[in-house]
Amino acid sequence: MTRRIPWMLLALSFIAAACGGDGGTDTTATAPDFPMTVMGVELPDRPERIVSASASHTEMLYAIGAGQRIVATDLFSDYPPEASSTEKIDAFNINVEAVAALDPDLVVLGFDPGDVAAGLATLGIPVLLFDAPASLDDVWAQLEALGAATGQVDEAAALTAEMQGSIDRVIGSVPAGGASPTYYHELDPTYFTITSETFLGQLYGMLGLRSIADETSDAGFGYPQLNAEFIIEADPDFVFLADTLCCSATAESLAARPGWDALSAVSAGRVVELDDSVASRWGPRIVEFLETVAAAVAEGGAG
Amino acid sequence: MTGRTRYVGPGRLALMMGVLLGAVVAGLLVGPVSLNPLRVIAEIVDRLPFVAVDSGLTDREAAIVWDLRLPRVVLGAIVGAVLSVAGGAYQGVFRNPLADPYLLGVAAGAGLGATLAIVGGQSTGGLVPLAAFIGAVAAVTAAYGLGSVGGRTGSSLILAGVAVAAFFTAAQTYVQQRNADTIREVFAWILGRLGTAGWHEVRLVLPYAVVSVVVILLHRRLLDVLSVGEDEAGTLGVDPARVRLTVVLAATLGTAAVVAVSGLIGFVGIIVPHTIRLMFGGSYRSILPFAVIGGAAFLVLADLAARTVLSPAEVPIGVVTAFLGAPFFGVVLRTAVRRRTA
Repeated sequence: MTRRIPWMLLALSFIAAACGGDGGTDTTATAPDFPMTVMGVELPDRPERIVSASASHTEMLYAIGAGQRIVATDLFSDYPPEASSTEKIDAFNINVEAVAALDPDLVVLGFDPGDVAAGLATLGIPVLLFDAPASLDDVWAQLEALGAATGQVDEAAALTAEMQGSIDRVIGSVPAGGASPTYYHELDPTYFTITSETFLGQLYGMLGLRSIADETSDAGFGYPQLNAEFIIEADPDFVFLADTLCCSATAESLAARPGWDALSAVSAGRVVELDDSVASRWGPRIVEFLETVAAAVAEGGAG
Repeated sequence: MTGRTRYVGPGRLALMMGVLLGAVVAGLLVGPVSLNPLRVIAEIVDRLPFVAVDSGLTDREAAIVWDLRLPRVVLGAIVGAVLSVAGGAYQGVFRNPLADPYLLGVAAGAGLGATLAIVGGQSTGGLVPLAAFIGAVAAVTAAYGLGSVGGRTGSSLILAGVAVAAFFTAAQTYVQQRNADTIREVFAWILGRLGTAGWHEVRLVLPYAVVSVVVILLHRRLLDVLSVGEDEAGTLGVDPARVRLTVVLAATLGTAAVVAVSGLIGFVGIIVPHTIRLMFGGSYRSILPFAVIGGAAFLVLADLAARTVLSPAEVPIGVVTAFLGAPFFGVVLRTAVRRRTA
C-alpha cells in the first residue's frame, strides 16, 4: 500500500487540474455585503477566523488583505512568512474535530482528502473547496471567490488586474515567433515532469516554451515520469529544477549525474534553479515564476 | 561430487545462462532512444581494456549507452539476483513458501533509515543509502532479538519480524508527517530508483551482493538438510539455529544493500525462487544457484519493460514485476500441477 501513496501525492495536487476548476461566484457586489452566498456556500457574516488548508490559497488570502483573519494554515503554507506562525494543520490528514476546535467561520480547502468538507458542513462551518486550476481563468475565478467570501472584493479585483498586467508585461518581454525552445521541468529527482497541457505547462507556453514530455501523451495525467535516456536524447534547451527545496537539486548536482553533462543546457548554463513552492502554487507568485523563466529565456537566447 | 552436478547440470545451466545473456543484450539494445545495435555493441567492446573500436556513436549517444543504459542493466541484474536468492534462502530457512526478502523488516528498516537521513538534510551527501542499510540491519537485529525469546524457532522469528516491520513503518510515517516538506524526496527514494542508477550505485552494492550470494550458495546443501525438519537436521549433525542465523544474516545483508540503492521492488523474491522450484525441483542445491541467474534475468527484463512500455515515460518497476511475474508464475504453477497429477 505504501508504494501507492506517492502516486496519490503527486496526483492529488495535479490530477484535479485536468478536471478543471469551478470558482465562479454567485455575487458581483462590490461592497462587502453579508450574508452572502459564494460557490453555493452560505456565509452569514464576514469571516473573522479563517482556516486555509491550501498553500496557494493562503498566499491569495494574504495578498488580498485577509491575512490578519487567518487563524490556522496547513503545513505547506510558508508564504508570506507570517503564515508560518499561524496554527498548523495537516492538509493531507485533516482532523475535522481539530479544525472545529479552532472555531473557524471559513475553511478553505485545496482538495478534500475524504469527506472533510461534508464533515465541517455538518458542524455548520462554511467550507470553500477549490480544485487545482486548469488555466489562468480558473485562478482569476478563485481570487474573485475568495475576495467575495472574505469581504475583500475590491482588493481581489485589484490583485487580479495587477497580476494580469504583470503577466502581459512579462509575455511582451519575450520575443515572439521563431522556433519555440524546449524545456525539461523537473518535479523530483526521479524525473517526474510536466507536459505543456498542464497549468504550469500553459504558463511556460505563454513564454513560447514547449515541454519535451509532450510526446508521452496521456501517461501520468500530464505529469509523467521520464526516462533519463530520453531526456539526454531530447536535449532540452532549458532545464528548470523545481526540486531544489524538497530534494536539494542544483545545477551542479544535475551536471554531476552520470551522462547528464552531455546536455547542451548544462554546457550553455541554461539550467535554472526554481523555488519549488513558487513553481507549484497558483497564487500571486505566478508572476514571479514567469519573470524567472522569462529572464532565463532572455539570457540564454532561444535555443 | 557427481551428486551435486545433478542439481546444476550443464543443460540447465546453459539454458539459464542463455536466458540471462538474452535479457542483458536486449536490455542493452532496446531503449527509448533507438540506437544502431551494432554500434552499441561496438561501444561496449571499445570500453574493454586493450580494445579500441570506433563505435561511430556520438558523444551523447555513447553517454546514453555507457552512463545510463549499461549501469541500469547491471544494477538490475545484481538487484534481481540478490532479491531472488535471498527470497529462496528465507523460504528455506523458515520453511515458509510465502517468505520474501522483506519478511524480517528489512524494507521498513531501510525506509525509516532513509527517511531520517533525508529529514536530517542528508539528501545530497550520499549518506541516504548508508542510513537505509543501517536501518535495515537494525530492524532485522531487533526481529532476531525478539524472536529468539521463544527459542528462535522459525515461526517466532517471523512474528517478531511482522511486529518490527509494523513499528518501523509507524515510526517512518510519523517522521514523515512531522516533516511534510521532505515527503516528495522520501517517496522518490522508496519507490525504486533503477531509473536514476549509475556506476556509483553498482560499485556501492556489489561487494555486499557478492558476499551475500556466496554465503547463501555455500549453505545450499545445509538448507536441504534443514528442510527435512529441525530435529532430523540435528541428528544429522547440523545446528539449525546456526545455519539459520548465518543464512538470515547473509540474506539480510544483501537485501539491505540492494534496497539501499534501488528502493523497494516487490514480488521478485517470491516469484523467481518458486518458478525455479517448479521448473527444476525442490532442492535448494538447484533453487539457489538458478535463482541468482533467473532473478538477474527477470529483473533486467522487467526493467526493460518498465522503460519501454510507455516510452519515453516510465512505468514503476514494481508494477511490471507483479504484472509480468504473476501471470508467468501462474502458468508455471498450472503446468507443474498438471505434470504432477498426470
